[in-house]
Amino acid sequence: MDTMMGLINLEHEHDFLNELTYFRCGAAVPFAGRFRLIDFTLSNMAKSDIHEIAIFTRSKYRSLMDHLGSGSDWDLDRRHGGLFILPPDWNDPTDISKGDLRYFHNNRDYFLRGKSDYVLISGSQFISTTVYHELFQHHLTKGADVTLLTTTYDQLLPEHDACVKVKTDADGWVSSLANEPKNSHVFTGVYVIRKSLLLDLVDDCIANYKNHFFMDGIKANLNQLNVQSYHYDGYSAIINSIDSYYRQNLALLETDAYKDLFFKGEHVLTKIGNQAPTKYLEKSKVSKSLVATGCVIDGEVDNSILFRGVKVSEGAVIKNSIVMQRCNIESGAVLENVILDKDVTITRGQELKGAKEQPFVVAKRRKI
Amino acid sequence: MKKECVTMLLAGGVGKRLGALTTSVAKPAVPFGGRYRIIDFALSNCLNSRMYTVGVLTQYSPLDLHQHIGVGKPWDLDRMNDGLTILSPPFTVQTGGNWYLGTADAITKNMNFIDRYDPEYLLVISGDHIYHMDYDKLLRHHKEKQADATISVLEVPWKETSRFGILNTTDDLRIYEFEEKPAQPKSNLASMGIYIFNWKVLRDYLEKDALLSESEHDFGQNILPAMIADNLKLYAYRFQGYWKDVGTIESYWEAHMDLLKEDLELSLNNTNWRTYSHDSNFPPQLIEETASVAHSLVNNGCVVSGTLNHSILFENVRIDKGSTIKQSILHPGVRVGKNVYLEKVIAQENIFIPDNTRISASMDQEPIVLSQENLKAITS
Repeated sequence: MDTMMGLINLEHEHDFLNELTYFRCGAAVPFAGRFRLIDFTLSNMAKSDIHEIAIFTRSKYRSLMDHLGSGSDWDLDRRHGGLFILPPDWNDPTDISKGDLRYFHNNRDYFLRGKSDYVLISGSQFISTTVYHELFQHHLTKGADVTLLTTTYDQLLPEHDACVKVKTDADGWVSSLANEPKNSHVFTGVYVIRKSLLLDLVDDCIANYKNHFFMDGIKANLNQLNVQSYHYDGYSAIINSIDSYYRQNLALLETDAYKDLFFKGEHVLTKIGNQAPTKYLEKSKVSKSLVATGCVIDGEVDNSILFRGVKVSEGAVIKNSIVMQRCNIESGAVLENVILDKDVTITRGQELKGAKEQPFVVAKRRKI
Repeated sequence: MKKECVTMLLAGGVGKRLGALTTSVAKPAVPFGGRYRIIDFALSNCLNSRMYTVGVLTQYSPLDLHQHIGVGKPWDLDRMNDGLTILSPPFTVQTGGNWYLGTADAITKNMNFIDRYDPEYLLVISGDHIYHMDYDKLLRHHKEKQADATISVLEVPWKETSRFGILNTTDDLRIYEFEEKPAQPKSNLASMGIYIFNWKVLRDYLEKDALLSESEHDFGQNILPAMIADNLKLYAYRFQGYWKDVGTIESYWEAHMDLLKEDLELSLNNTNWRTYSHDSNFPPQLIEETASVAHSLVNNGCVVSGTLNHSILFENVRIDKGSTIKQSILHPGVRVGKNVYLEKVIAQENIFIPDNTRISASMDQEPIVLSQENLKAITS
């Protein structure tokens, strides 16, 4: 049976969430109340019978490693395969590779040892809950060299500006990859490639002093390669800025979006926190909000997201905000259009307001 | 491999008085507290007390229970040299097979398992109670007193003593008498069914008891009275804190209402004494615009559009618009339609309660337990 191995390439996703990525890589940023961005793509892979997954990560990966551990929460602590976190430990004196090609060059063993003939590559900014079986079948049936997972957005949003847009012929063969502002056919960053071809393209790129595997290896060779597209039409979002992070979090407060993302596909797996169910006290007044476990709520929460273990005291008001793990909102505090990173305390009576267009972000462990 | 102390967790109870809640699962596997099963409290106590060698004795309807416990992973009991072992009858020997005849017999039948670790002490606990307890403190007390056996006790209100096994002790807590459900109690120290024995001593008593055909092979009925009669050193250990036997539907419901109190001694949010369980990775709960939630516990995956008061929602429960849920416990996967009114109801897993249904028990009535079968009768 043909199988795939996985690769999550974080090399092109640095520091895109300002305060939230001061101390962690983007993939490790908390999302939707109990997850981290990487959970979506990692779960999708794990549920697609991909049993060995490598992660290329350059810096600020401590919290990512803490989150992933041995991979057991994704069922990836395996005798066969498993999770391979590959930070930049590069010791080859003859190495001339650059950019993300250095990861491929220095971790060639991961690919050579793997028993799969195909590799599924993804970043962490595309949020969806799907399995990649059909994408893979499509790749095999079409006899493609590369198959890109693409999707279409009815309305183009600022986060789509940075995406590669796709043009295809009637049979789905990709004819152009370009940053066209008005094209709503978006490449998700997820693609399948034959392992032998991947390694050949890597060699080729390195020999020509290139520095970006997808751009220099695939996009630049579009004429020589048979690049197919596979269209994904389920719920999805792209997170590549504070603005998109904030909007796409709050978008999940719409019942349809919430159900489309979380109840149509597979469950998203994440590190288990073992928190108690959330406790609502006498004065709690919560509406249109996403609430994780372990919270104790005695205040007012509206149109907001509370991560695990958040405490909202009596008389506190939280509106249009994202409040991460273990924040403590003391009585009488008011938050509006705010993003609080983990372990922040908002003291009694404090008021913090951001703009809807630009939420106010508070870095980890601050006390205000 | 020698271990100082081996724990035997008795999880074979039928839980008859829990009625419909135990028709298809053993009592220890009954859902509790919005995300747990009853046995999680004892297993989490083991982890938190660093009791890492645990035999779990199951018997009745064990499928769900076994699946839940697995190799003990949520409680860090999947270990190399000891960890958790499920000990389930029938135990077949050349002369035939047998079930556990009583609590003591359950230990007797597993002597091989215990001897493998050659322990000094044997801790016997049950999987039926809701409490946080440091078994290591009990063990230390046992060693300090140089006791042969130590029984954990709880002070109960004098008017309730007739429901418990009562221990009569001297001032220094040495036990001189054990009375099962006494009409005229001399003490209000009730046995919690948690014992520590010197294994060599207990082993002798178990062997002798196994030969007695008239014995119930029960700790409370046979083993402890025999030890007291022989003037062994039996001590009581006072437990302080919340402890609840959820043996009846009423007490099961009460224990849930207790969890909603703000000043309960047992806190599920205590980060120094976590209660561990499985997690099925549901997304965070969605509390909708039309919802009103107070005095309640709600778990992942719930979508609430109605009103909740003094209620507990396990994972993946839906409450539609216009519905009001009061003093009720809804197990995983329950779906509540529109304009439903529930009061003092326990709805079992995956039940669908259709629009406009009204079910309530009055304050002095026992809570109504809904199952797929009786729901039809109630709503038609």
